[in-house]
Amino acid sequence: MATDVHGTVSPKSVGAPAAGTALAPSPTDFDTAPDVDTDTDTDTNDVEVEGGVGVEGGTDAGFVEGGSAAVRVAGLTRSFDGRAVIDGLDLTVRPGEFVALLGRSGCGKSTLLRVLAGLDREIEGEVSVPRRSAVAFQAPRLMPWKRVWRNVLLGLPGRAERAVAERALGEVGLSHRTDAWPKTLSGGEAQRASLARALVREPDLLLLDEPFGALDALTRIKAQRLVAELWQRRGCAVLLVTHDVEEALLLADRAVVMDRGVIAYETAIDLPRPRDITDPRFAALRGRLLERLGVDDTEITHESPDA
Amino acid sequence: MSLDQAIVADQSSAPPDKSLVSASSAPGPESSSASAGPELVTLVPVSARRRAVPRWLRRTVGPVGLLVLWQVLSGTGVLHPDILASPGTIARTAGSLVSDGTLPSAMLVSVQRVLVGLVLGGIAGVALALASGLSRLGEDLVDATVQMLRSIPWVGVIPLFIIWLGIGEAPKIALIALGVAFHLYLNVYAGIRGVDAHLVEAGSSLGLGRWGLVRHVVLPGALPGAMTGLRYSLATAWLALVFGESVNADDGIGFLMNQAREFFRTDVIVVCLIVYALLGLFADFLVRTLERFLLQWRPTFTGQ
Repeated sequence: MATDVHGTVSPKSVGAPAAGTALAPSPTDFDTAPDVDTDTDTDTNDVEVEGGVGVEGGTDAGFVEGGSAAVRVAGLTRSFDGRAVIDGLDLTVRPGEFVALLGRSGCGKSTLLRVLAGLDREIEGEVSVPRRSAVAFQAPRLMPWKRVWRNVLLGLPGRAERAVAERALGEVGLSHRTDAWPKTLSGGEAQRASLARALVREPDLLLLDEPFGALDALTRIKAQRLVAELWQRRGCAVLLVTHDVEEALLLADRAVVMDRGVIAYETAIDLPRPRDITDPRFAALRGRLLERLGVDDTEITHESPDA
Repeated sequence: MSLDQAIVADQSSAPPDKSLVSASSAPGPESSSASAGPELVTLVPVSARRRAVPRWLRRTVGPVGLLVLWQVLSGTGVLHPDILASPGTIARTAGSLVSDGTLPSAMLVSVQRVLVGLVLGGIAGVALALASGLSRLGEDLVDATVQMLRSIPWVGVIPLFIIWLGIGEAPKIALIALGVAFHLYLNVYAGIRGVDAHLVEAGSSLGLGRWGLVRHVVLPGALPGAMTGLRYSLATAWLALVFGESVNADDGIGFLMNQAREFFRTDVIVVCLIVYALLGLFADFLVRTLERFLLQWRPTFTGQ
């Protein structure tokens, strides 16, 4: 699917008020742009990016001029007290693509997500995201003083109807909790309500910040399936920040590893869906990604990433 | 197979593999007493142990006993009426004060003072708290000033208020408003600043603008603090009323008390004290009811 309107996340110095995702429209209309499909997974299985340099050197995975994109990041830098957490990062996500962003804790992956969500504007570089994007955080962050359906409608422009919320809640299997207070929801239910709140915005880009991190193992499996289902039905681009390699391999089209402020490694996950953990290709990918993440003690023997 | 396992198998006449399971749940297969099993204690449900005297009855014993003692002391002449009237006299006095309309009209005047003071002080306190809670500029201008003034004991300004405002209604209402405003300011301000930053961030990611954030996130989030502030300020309002009315008054409950003091009518004084207490309790009840309605979303709330 194509994205409707693109906006540019402007740095704070431009003077954008703390108005959330109300972004200035970019002059480029990506709808009319031809879909030059030269992205990673069609050409090669995975792409090595020179550590710390960025994507200029010998990769076709990055910025594709004129191509349709749901996320377009070029030379993004975000510093905290002079220390660059994101350091000249480039990333392109195609419309409808499911990208998993992996990385060790503190590598800046959540910072990147906050930038893409428009919550952090103290940035340098160029960032374009769809006007309609939505975030689901690790904690559900439901307003405790609003009933579930009012939480779902919060922030929607115009007078939103209760039926709209009911539809979204039905989609995540929460129809029976429409009128509940958030405090009465279980962890999984709250997370699903948070998903419904993101989906009701009909986003072209859905940003998920470790949304399953706080769930117990069984609830997590259900929630992952739900996300896979919703993504296939909605066709929006998804950027999933996670530290769970298996989760990335179960859900994503492409896994991107962030290290030292840049995308240090990425690989297409061209396994058939629904995915099977016992598939040997799954295990091979898992081993390779874990190695990239600095976990060496796997039962998988090291193999060349350019296999 | 050890001896105890064989015995268990015998007793239960279960298949051998099941007996192994039951034997393994004993403290240990080597234990010689395992064949008899551990000594079991029957856990009696609480309901079966509960005695016939209900808790509320036990709790009323103390106050009732005190009343009886008081009545006995007064009846035997140990407690002179000029020191403290007997409970019986007080009840009769209360009855006559109510029936001749003295007490109701005095209560009306006092309650009016509290309400006017509460509304004025409430508006001032909340407005200042919003100004300093919602904007950095407001904080710099307002908060330091209020924090400084707060260290002045508000009861101490009565002489100034009398000089400025005379001895009519104005100084009493001003005193109540002052006490109310400080409490509300502090709690509403703390409530606003205590709102979870994550929720504000979530709200802004949902597309809420500045006013939307204030309306849907910040103000509801500050409500628990505001309700606490309201309760404190109500208590303060009654206290301010007592102070204000005891200085000078020509009507109201305070006036009744002052008049009674002149004639050593301890019964009237006690009736007035009871009225103050009941009015305070009633106000607290109102706020609690309001809280039950407004804060039912709170995870910590257990009132329903």
